Amino acid sequence: MGTLKAHRAVTSMEKSSSPSPFRDGNTEAQEGKIHERCPSPPPSPGGPSLLARISTHFTAFKAAALIQRWYRRYMARLETRRRCTWRIFQSIEYAGQQDQVKLHDFFSYLVDHFTPNSNHERDFLNCKFTTERFLQDSEMEKGSDYESIEVPDNYTGPRLSFPLLPDHATALVEAFRLKQQLHARYVLNLLHETRKHLVQLPNINRVSTCYSEEITVCGDLHGQLDDLIFIFHKNGLPSPERAYVFNGDFVDRGKESVEILMILFAFMLVYPKEFRLNRGNHEDHMVNLRYGLTKEVMHKYKTHGKKILKILQDVFCWLHLATLVDEKVLILHGGVSDMPDLELLAKLDRHKVLTTEVVVSTLGRKTRRQKGKQPAKEKAARVPAPELALRPGRLHLGSRGGTGPAAPPASPAAAARPGDPGLDGAGSRQAPQEPGGGEPPALHARSRLGSPEPLQPTQEAWKQVVDILWSDPMAQEGCKANTVRGGGCYFGPSVTEQLLQKYNLQFLIRSHERKPEGYEFCHRRKVLTIFSASNYYEVGSNRGAYVKLGPALTPYIVQYQANKETHRLTMRQRISRVEESALRSLWEKLFASSLDLLGEFKKHDADKTGLITLSAWAEAVESVLHLGLPWRMLKPQLVNSSTDNTLEYKSWLEDLAKEQLSRENIQSSLLETLYRNRPNLEAIFRITDSDHSGFISLDEFRQTWKLFSSHMNIDITDDCICDLARSIDLNRDGHIDINEFLEAFRIVEQSSTEGDTSDCPQATNTDNSGCSKPSKR
Amino acid sequence: MWRINLWEGTELVVAEFHKKIKDAFEVFDHEANNTVDVREIRTIIRSLGCCPSEGELHDLIVEIEEEEPTGYIRFEKFLPVMTKVLLEKRYRPIPEDILLRSFEVLDPSKRGFLTKEELIKYMTEEGEPFSQEEMEEMLSAAIDPESNSIRYKDYIAMMVVDDG
Repeated sequence: MGTLKAHRAVTSMEKSSSPSPFRDGNTEAQEGKIHERCPSPPPSPGGPSLLARISTHFTAFKAAALIQRWYRRYMARLETRRRCTWRIFQSIEYAGQQDQVKLHDFFSYLVDHFTPNSNHERDFLNCKFTTERFLQDSEMEKGSDYESIEVPDNYTGPRLSFPLLPDHATALVEAFRLKQQLHARYVLNLLHETRKHLVQLPNINRVSTCYSEEITVCGDLHGQLDDLIFIFHKNGLPSPERAYVFNGDFVDRGKESVEILMILFAFMLVYPKEFRLNRGNHEDHMVNLRYGLTKEVMHKYKTHGKKILKILQDVFCWLHLATLVDEKVLILHGGVSDMPDLELLAKLDRHKVLTTEVVVSTLGRKTRRQKGKQPAKEKAARVPAPELALRPGRLHLGSRGGTGPAAPPASPAAAARPGDPGLDGAGSRQAPQEPGGGEPPALHARSRLGSPEPLQPTQEAWKQVVDILWSDPMAQEGCKANTVRGGGCYFGPSVTEQLLQKYNLQFLIRSHERKPEGYEFCHRRKVLTIFSASNYYEVGSNRGAYVKLGPALTPYIVQYQANKETHRLTMRQRISRVEESALRSLWEKLFASSLDLLGEFKKHDADKTGLITLSAWAEAVESVLHLGLPWRMLKPQLVNSSTDNTLEYKSWLEDLAKEQLSRENIQSSLLETLYRNRPNLEAIFRITDSDHSGFISLDEFRQTWKLFSSHMNIDITDDCICDLARSIDLNRDGHIDINEFLEAFRIVEQSSTEGDTSDCPQATNTDNSGCSKPSKR
Repeated sequence: MWRINLWEGTELVVAEFHKKIKDAFEVFDHEANNTVDVREIRTIIRSLGCCPSEGELHDLIVEIEEEEPTGYIRFEKFLPVMTKVLLEKRYRPIPEDILLRSFEVLDPSKRGFLTKEELIKYMTEEGEPFSQEEMEEMLSAAIDPESNSIRYKDYIAMMVVDDG
């Protein structure tokens, strides 16, 4: 804390021209003697002299000003802490999303470059990296086959019968509020009916305020049922007079995605004209694999989960892309690009366009190469193209849907954005090139077979959809690639203006981004972001909001925080709770990179003193973690020893470890690698477990792990992999339970260092089954 | 052997200030394009350890803004001005004892507390008055609901510890 002297010196330096309480002539004298000038008793009836009264007034005035000044600074620091916390969560989350992109790149890389050594490996690959998205209608019927599912008599949950009545939907809300679970039979039935309904809808839905007097638009819910129930409670249930539009991202992350879907679909069936659901980027099975919906479904519906997921995958594809209110207000999930084409959007076959899909087709590979990745034509020869093209079931010859899917590039980022970040205001993004050399003959043949059908999804169509679902607004002018998300773009005010003018619209409502207040206007109030998942990161982290539109189309925002507790906490307390949570995540990340950090620290410590400056610490941490966080601002929470601006880094790292692990050793790089790649691993395992059984064979595990580690440049020997597999398979039946693996990897690490590795057969010959029968443990 | 080179010392100090300012700025730079909303600049300046009055802030912002205010502040303009502020150690924080004295000025009969009404009156009518939101927020943390008053000595102690 400064001294009185310093304070006085400063006040005399101030050159403020506006009247300020510190500018009167007696400043110094008064500052130094403020406590002596405290006026004693209140003015006596005779009244103190004018001077005394003026002095008193000034003193109280000044005292108040000082307190206010101090308080405002205190609040500013709180606010900064809150923002830092927010940034932590965001960076970790976006880093996670980028991992998702990396995962896709990984798969496409494998498909492009992997040379199968044997039939075994080739089959393995073929199985793993293809999808069966476009089921024939008959297959779909079989898949949902719910009528054969028996509902036991002791089932006490809600029962549905079709056609649905409003009471059914309301009953669902109530049942879920009481934590009941809907039986799989009804789930499948509901999904089946939902799909039938969605198929009839156009890509861009139109609603009018003539019919319903008000329309309520809600943003991301992300599986947070409490928020949905709160909205219905506060705003009223859907009805012909009360229309709703839910703007995507209903699922993932929160624990009640299934319930939310059931409610939303039910109301949509009951009030088809008044209840609309836009597609979000999370309405996508690849994203669901990683972010929680798949897990949730399989956990809640062990027997029928697979079926449910399959039909859900299809239902998501049929969700329409945007809603237009009175031809004036456009509601879509993400944003727009500088080349919006609503006509194309209206015409394309939305069912075929998934923004994240890895599709194996000759068209697909050509496109991926076109995007400018260097290893192109030469290596293509290595992949047996004819084999891929002729694989049964991949390229449809049937009538429905005709061709295979529109071969989007492997990851959203791949949508040819040449020379990406830093494009200036002219919005000079180029249109992606169409695959050169025309389409492969096979494709032509197929389209001749097919009946007249909606416009084939081209590269352009795919890009339009990606832009709609993934883009974010920015304050700066122009339009540039959204490198943070890996797909879509950042669009500036003039892009919005352009869109509004071109289609004669008033403003845009979108979601996709968390906002502390639940909503935010930008682009001169022409873009409204609305986000409805309150307390998204942690209790107290943010409000949710929804917006109501009446016939005048003036937006009326309602905010909330669906957790009674937060109301009672002061801002200070709310921030600390959220901060704790963010810091915990950050500690985890730091720990996972301990070895790398040590390496970086050593670089800054040429004299091997064991000490580095705090500035060097900040640099080193950023260069390892790449989170883009303001490390200097976070330093007080992360580093204890800030006495003389140096840090003993080894002991700091040890403290990190102590925070993370109670007993285990942190020496192993395997442990760290696993820990760091945990989200990726989980996603990969789920993909590997294609029948969603929850088990993968040891062989599958080894193969997948090998591929993964070679791409991610993780140097783990086959021995280690074998050991890993061996140790995990505790009951020696040749299968690994995914969940157990992820929980057990720390213990596994210990046992693998103790075990005798020489017994494990080398995993080079892929024809043998690997380590499923260990000779010794 | 340590020889203190004043010139180098200053350079290092300036460099460190630059990094500090950049970090603080980036926290509020949502699109990572080196601009922040002008309404956030007060918070940023305060987060860098400065404790200016509203009047002083206003003058500072005039220096930092564009000739034709655009609603956002560019880092290139912010950096030199802020560096100077830090080098000159302007707007130092208020020491705890001064803060205590200020409260005591408002409590001339030395009861050791201020009533809720008194606090509201002073904070919203004197000095650089609080907005309603600011007042409510302060009340929620400061006022002891049973006595409906603020024991300012305890309050200061609590806030100071928290401030880190």
